[in-house]
Amino acid sequence: MAAPFDLKDDHVVVIVGSGAGGGTLGNELAQKGIDVVILEAGARHEYTDFINDEWASFQQLAWTDKRTTSGDWRVHKDFPNLPAWIVKAVGGSTTHWAGASLRFHEHEFKALSTYGKIAGADLLDWPISLAEMEPYYAKAEDKMGVTRTNGIPGLPGNNNFKIMKAGADKLGYKECSTGRMAINSQPRDDRNACQQTGFCFQGCKWGAKWSTLYAEIPKGEKTGHLEVRPNSMVIKINHDKTGKVTGVVYADKDGKLHEQKARIVAVAGNSIESPRLLLNSESSKFPHGLANSSGKVGQNYMRHMTGSVYAIFDKPVHMYRGTTMAGIISDEARNDPSRGFVGGYEFETLSLGLPFMAAFLDPGAWGRSFTTALDHYTHMAGMWIVGEDMPRVQNRVTLHSDMKDEHGMPIADVHFDDHDNDKAMRNHAYKQGQALYDAVGATRTFPTPPYPSTHNLGTNRMSEKPADGVVNKHGQSHDIKNLFASDGSQFTTGGAENPTLTIVSLAIRQADYIAGQMSQRAI
Amino acid sequence: MTTVHQNRTAGLSRRELLKHGGTAGALMALVVSGGAVLSADRAWGVETSALTPQTMATLIQLARDIYPHDQLADKYYAIAMKSHEVKAAKDEAHRVLIEQGVADLDRRAGAGGYRGVGWEEDRVAILRTIATTPFFQAVRGGLVVDLYNQPAIWPIFGYEGESYSKGGYIDRGFNDIEWL
Repeated sequence: MAAPFDLKDDHVVVIVGSGAGGGTLGNELAQKGIDVVILEAGARHEYTDFINDEWASFQQLAWTDKRTTSGDWRVHKDFPNLPAWIVKAVGGSTTHWAGASLRFHEHEFKALSTYGKIAGADLLDWPISLAEMEPYYAKAEDKMGVTRTNGIPGLPGNNNFKIMKAGADKLGYKECSTGRMAINSQPRDDRNACQQTGFCFQGCKWGAKWSTLYAEIPKGEKTGHLEVRPNSMVIKINHDKTGKVTGVVYADKDGKLHEQKARIVAVAGNSIESPRLLLNSESSKFPHGLANSSGKVGQNYMRHMTGSVYAIFDKPVHMYRGTTMAGIISDEARNDPSRGFVGGYEFETLSLGLPFMAAFLDPGAWGRSFTTALDHYTHMAGMWIVGEDMPRVQNRVTLHSDMKDEHGMPIADVHFDDHDNDKAMRNHAYKQGQALYDAVGATRTFPTPPYPSTHNLGTNRMSEKPADGVVNKHGQSHDIKNLFASDGSQFTTGGAENPTLTIVSLAIRQADYIAGQMSQRAI
Repeated sequence: MTTVHQNRTAGLSRRELLKHGGTAGALMALVVSGGAVLSADRAWGVETSALTPQTMATLIQLARDIYPHDQLADKYYAIAMKSHEVKAAKDEAHRVLIEQGVADLDRRAGAGGYRGVGWEEDRVAILRTIATTPFFQAVRGGLVVDLYNQPAIWPIFGYEGESYSKGGYIDRGFNDIEWL
């Protein structure tokens, strides 16, 4: 039922990437009768093919193409060639995500106005408000089957959640629940309910967690207007003399190059690959890359302030049983500069299996101090901290000056320096997280450093004025009318919340805009 | 502590081993015999060709000192270290890195070599002096995957592994905590 479109067919919308942004946009456009070709760099693995084994799954799904890093972030030291833990497969990182679906707060769309100018940060207000986003958030929550919205019950709490909740109560936190999750708590949308299997990060083998792989793409394909071409790595976007984009060049699984013509191109390859592609599409007309008259392509790379807190108890927990992200505390998500930082953060339960716990609890650590922690693996509880980080000009994705991938495309370098605000927030979160577990009787706690980035944001950011960013409030390039960014790279600032719900909401909104512009023949 | 007995005869009997080991039978965990490292009870062995068996025996001790788990038998560390033999056979630079790294460890340990140092704490003190070397980083970096990714050790830590085929934990204790 996939509709194979001809390479020379120049009436199609080409979307680069099939994750939360690209996969959603593709389906939304197809539902409106617009022909779409999604070019996905990775292979297509259906959800029954997912693997309940951390390293084997990592080999199956993760984006492991070489990247380089620099800067003072700890990921550079621990994982110098793996800045991000994201996915190269149909469905993108919606196969791997944990499912947390929280709306941004109103103030988070107005970071500059709310926080004021902050030295060393390139803050800006979004060109859209929460009020403008609300109808799209509602549509996204319905589409994704987010628990605690649309009358959908919350998920039951697992052991890891119960520990979190007991600690939250002791600390006086009021906003702790099993969260708003895009994981079916009951069968919905022809998908199973969660069976508390764990391994959410390895792809849900029940299809209970929303993913574009099985919740959006097949619906789009059924219309006859959507073709997904896996193993298709886009390396360049072409344009004509007027500056309009005309198609993309991609390498197929054998490395053979093809050009797919297009009426519109939308980049949705995540916040590292999308700017990489725009920068690599430089030409005599656009010597600094496409959509880059502001110089902002690749700048203001954000990855959320993150970290984890794990704790050991004198009695068993078995945190790995059940939903990986089984509970959320939102009390610290408010903006309260009296804590010593602007913006806020969420606590979200997390668990890793033994193999990943060994790799991520304290990367590089060894000896008995480290191994005695793993000896008590069954007695561990854990949670992740995720908060707003500051956009910074020097935090950026650039093309490597001499290293190239197998297709001859320069690899991406990711530079990141923590802002003092990020550090102050992380230290606050560590302290609160450790206090929470201590309150439930933890015998030992671990302030665990950030993992490779799962939330990659901001490198093609939205701005009111063309000089401040790359795209407008619809994700449309300020410079090139038929070129869009459709992933987290559009984010003007990061907010404290997991980005997928906002990416999906923006994609639904963008589909309306693109359809309108096409019917008006504006693009 | 690991005592390694060297014997050129591949078919070493347990009696001979004990004879060579003198009174050290209880400490005798690893045996270097011909081109292999064997466990004292002959339950398992690692054949080497690219690396010397002495080097492999030291690697196994080194692995235990890096990630000491007293509940894990030597064979799990040996399985993890086997990857260096495989890589050394294909990559001369890696063989040299490992052989020279082990020789350096032995030098730092003085007479008797690294495996002759009796207390873990004293061996760890030596390791701290080489912790930033490419040799140590290569061994530790590979080990953190090759040790903990062995499904055979997961039950020893109480980790239950794959759960989809058992229907997840919805009826198997995902919320069974009772002590809160």
